[in-house]
Amino acid sequence: MVHLTRTAINVAALTTATAGPADGGIATFIGLVRDHHDGREVLRLEYTAFEPMAEVEAERIVQEAEARWPVRIGLRHRLGTLEIGDIAVAVVAVSAHRGPAFDACRHVIEEVKRRVPIWKQESYADGTVGWVDPTAAGRGRENADRADPAAARGYG
Amino acid sequence: MSSPAGSLSVKLLLFATYAELVGRDQVLLEVPSPATVADVVRRFRTSWPGADRVPDRPMAAVNRVHARPETPVADGDEVALLPPLAGG
Repeated sequence: MVHLTRTAINVAALTTATAGPADGGIATFIGLVRDHHDGREVLRLEYTAFEPMAEVEAERIVQEAEARWPVRIGLRHRLGTLEIGDIAVAVVAVSAHRGPAFDACRHVIEEVKRRVPIWKQESYADGTVGWVDPTAAGRGRENADRADPAAARGYG
Repeated sequence: MSSPAGSLSVKLLLFATYAELVGRDQVLLEVPSPATVADVVRRFRTSWPGADRVPDRPMAAVNRVHARPETPVADGDEVALLPPLAGG
């Protein structure tokens, strides 16, 4: 696995591995496991993936961003069981200047959410478990663009 | 994989909620040729117990590339049905 990992994400190491002497700015997004979802207390969660496709799709997203902006991208997404506060995903965008770094970082995390086949099962304090559906009723506005990955540039 | 004349075989991969609905994570299907993703989904939903609870237009991938209902499928293709993605 390259972009997917079953061990803790080390953001400092990812940053060091991505940045070089010509870079003047780094934009980082870190996604954490939070203790609540739709008003329910979350104890932990488990990420699963269609791993071969997820790796390929993550690499496509990185390459598209590096072609569109003068940046280099570091991307890691955890799989397996995560506890509250664990890092679920990290995106590092490095560039000579801050503008492209911020733009590319935001783009990559949005595309990861929209296109990479990863699923999340939450374990709740009441003993139940549930698959998270970001497209479910009431969550459509934040995630309206998640519906059709085949519409992404270069697909379909 | 060889199929009878006029039909094609696909390996259908199921994940998360969809795998739970039918109690397995892959299914071999034969559909009349030519066929699209929509034809494969229709065949699956009408031939496996529990599969009718999969949406009739689920997110899908053919050979690990995002696809649309009208995307053609060929003999031996791997078709994945993807429940709503929840990465990040």
